Amino acid sequence: MDLINAVIVLLNYTIIPALTYGSQLALGAIFVTLIYGILRFANFATGDMMSFGTMFAVLLTYYFQSIGISFGFLPTALLTIPFAIFMMILYMLLIDQTVFKYYRIKKSPPVQLAMVSVGVMFVTQAVIRIIIGPTDRRFLDGEKFILKATEFKEMTGLAEGLTIKSTQMITIVVTIIVVAIMFWFLNKTKTGTSMRAYSDNEDLALLSGIDPKKVVLITWIIAGILATIGGILYGLDKSYRPFVYFNNMLPIFAAAIVGGIGNPYGAFFGGYVIAFAEIFLTYAYKRFLVYILPESLEPNSLMQLLSTDYKFAISFSILVIVLIFRPSGIFEGKRI
Amino acid sequence: MRNYLNIIVAYSIMMLLIILVGIFQSWSIALTIFNYCMISAVMTLGANIQWGYAGLINFGIMGYTALGGLAVVLVSVAPVPEAWSVGGVNMMTCLGIIIIMIFSTRYILKNIQKSKKRNYFIAGIIIVGLILIKIIAGPAIEQIEAVDPAKTGFLGGLGLPVLFSWIVGGLFAAGLAFIVGKVALGLRADYLAIATLLIAEIVVSIIKHEDWLARGVKNVIGLKRPAPYEIDLQTSPWFINLVEKFHSAKLDLANSLSERQDILNQLVIDASSVYVKLCFAGMFLVVVIILLIITQKALYSPWGRMMRAIRDNEEAASAMGKNVVKQHLFIFILGSAIVGIAGAMMVTNDGLFTPGSYRPMRYTFVIWVMVIVGGTGNNFGAILGGFVVWFLWVEAAPIALFFINLFTAHLPETNEIKVHLINSAPYFRFLLVGIGLLLIMRFRPQGIIPEKIIKQ
Repeated sequence: MDLINAVIVLLNYTIIPALTYGSQLALGAIFVTLIYGILRFANFATGDMMSFGTMFAVLLTYYFQSIGISFGFLPTALLTIPFAIFMMILYMLLIDQTVFKYYRIKKSPPVQLAMVSVGVMFVTQAVIRIIIGPTDRRFLDGEKFILKATEFKEMTGLAEGLTIKSTQMITIVVTIIVVAIMFWFLNKTKTGTSMRAYSDNEDLALLSGIDPKKVVLITWIIAGILATIGGILYGLDKSYRPFVYFNNMLPIFAAAIVGGIGNPYGAFFGGYVIAFAEIFLTYAYKRFLVYILPESLEPNSLMQLLSTDYKFAISFSILVIVLIFRPSGIFEGKRI
Repeated sequence: MRNYLNIIVAYSIMMLLIILVGIFQSWSIALTIFNYCMISAVMTLGANIQWGYAGLINFGIMGYTALGGLAVVLVSVAPVPEAWSVGGVNMMTCLGIIIIMIFSTRYILKNIQKSKKRNYFIAGIIIVGLILIKIIAGPAIEQIEAVDPAKTGFLGGLGLPVLFSWIVGGLFAAGLAFIVGKVALGLRADYLAIATLLIAEIVVSIIKHEDWLARGVKNVIGLKRPAPYEIDLQTSPWFINLVEKFHSAKLDLANSLSERQDILNQLVIDASSVYVKLCFAGMFLVVVIILLIITQKALYSPWGRMMRAIRDNEEAASAMGKNVVKQHLFIFILGSAIVGIAGAMMVTNDGLFTPGSYRPMRYTFVIWVMVIVGGTGNNFGAILGGFVVWFLWVEAAPIALFFINLFTAHLPETNEIKVHLINSAPYFRFLLVGIGLLLIMRFRPQGIIPEKIIKQ
């Protein structure tokens, strides 16, 4: 019985939150990796692009609520995803045409493109703050919990409760669907194969008749879908605040590089590596240990390896360690 | 002379803009902007040494700035004896353990051949060391933070003169740069950018959350100043006399003695803040000029030519027998040290250390915009970039407000769009700086004052 209680404690406080957070990071990391692999630059506007898509979801959610449209027990924001994605893709294509295209045709070095993306980051941030303001916004409605702690306790008779928030479930399910479709697209369709060919060897791909314009267009469309969905899921689970989205860029980069940048599978996996490391290293294990250890060995302290203040620092440290010992990432990515 | 014409014109326009701020807003604001421009210029000089001379991209400027600020606290604040007596010994032991860890790891790396055994040894040292530190430091930190937490709760500094901390700030930053350089300099450019940014985040989060070191997010206020305090100036007779002489015409217009006294008091208060800022401006100017002379000399020395050769063609330079790795590390340390000095200058100027305010937007990306806009590889350009971008960053809100009012003049005061736009005026600075960066990158990628190579 104690063992089951211990497992429930771990599930409730570490595994489910880590899976949720990891899914959100994974979507962002695949976005970074796609841009890096196909357009060949580190996109410093990542966080703000995700924020831009989410902004439309937030505004549309408010609009839908005001005219009385809802999605039953699911959050209204899910209904707004197609519209938000549409706006996001429009914005991305606009940016690409006005800014990135020039450097791509000139074949500028990646550093210059990264620098340009810093400019895009500034502009995007300004647009977001001018439209919606910098404040914290919650836009979650519908059922909050799928399983409440008290219900679970009554159901099973255990001492520990298990809580599953609806946003956690939605995040995990939506991520699995989106990522599955994306991998199917990349591996099984002709367009996806041409994208991978373009990513591997641009010149060879051009020689074999792949249209670079089409590849770039499709890349931005997929990137827009991933960025918007990732952003909305994060916003539903926590809350929407432009500054936080900007900061999320850093663990997302860490996830992409840890997995091996340019490799979508690696990025997907990297998201979970970062999330699990952050949560497992900052969780206070006292409650867990109380269940599994005999009474004589019960710990007095919290048994926390690192304080939760260092959550971000952990993901960055992992990145630094990976960069030193395996610079191409856990899954072989592009050569550094 | 003709070579320098564009530099002189650009600088004159910049000075004119600041003087205009002085005339239309106030001299105090103009001097504040000027001082911050100067600090930004020092940071930009540091970043320009790395990017312009050597082509190394360092997005960790935030971390070095924060370390420079930390140096001010650790050098100038008076020590807290109670905190030292309750936890000093333990913290010093921990420092000793860290040093032993470093040296023993070095010893193993040097004397044992690369093998699994060596990795286990190193891992063992690190784990044992960390556990020891956790055991020894844990209770000490709690005790230190419990010493009068509202005011101190940290070990304090050395109580030395604050100007000394500018050098220490540079040394701290150089130390960090040595570690970062050893770890990350082998990476390709955009990875180096990400890695340095993330390491800087780690450094800032340590400064933010280790309260025993510098009070963390509780901030340290009332730092020492190398300039006189306003309140002392306002009571010292020589200063009042000076203000009286300076404004005698204005004072003579007063009708009664009491009115004259009121005007004089107001003038003294204004003048004292201007005087203090002038003192800072003088000190910063000295630093900027010294750094400018040194960097100019270095740029046109054989060393500078070698750096450019390495930047433009690494393989060729290395084939000519130049040690690329060593030179990269050296220049990375040098540039970071200058950024560290700037960080210390900034905290001295503010008189307070707020670790929570170190954010990548303000302390990395804006500085980089300065470098790119000013002109990479040209020290005059870098300084100008610091001035121009900082000026835009500060004055963007008033400028935006002016244009919003202009374009929405026909709308009523209660119009929703107008109110919304006026409320979001501060965010136009991001727009202005971002568009400025994009335009410069597109149409003048070498910056306002491009790099000049003097043929000999």
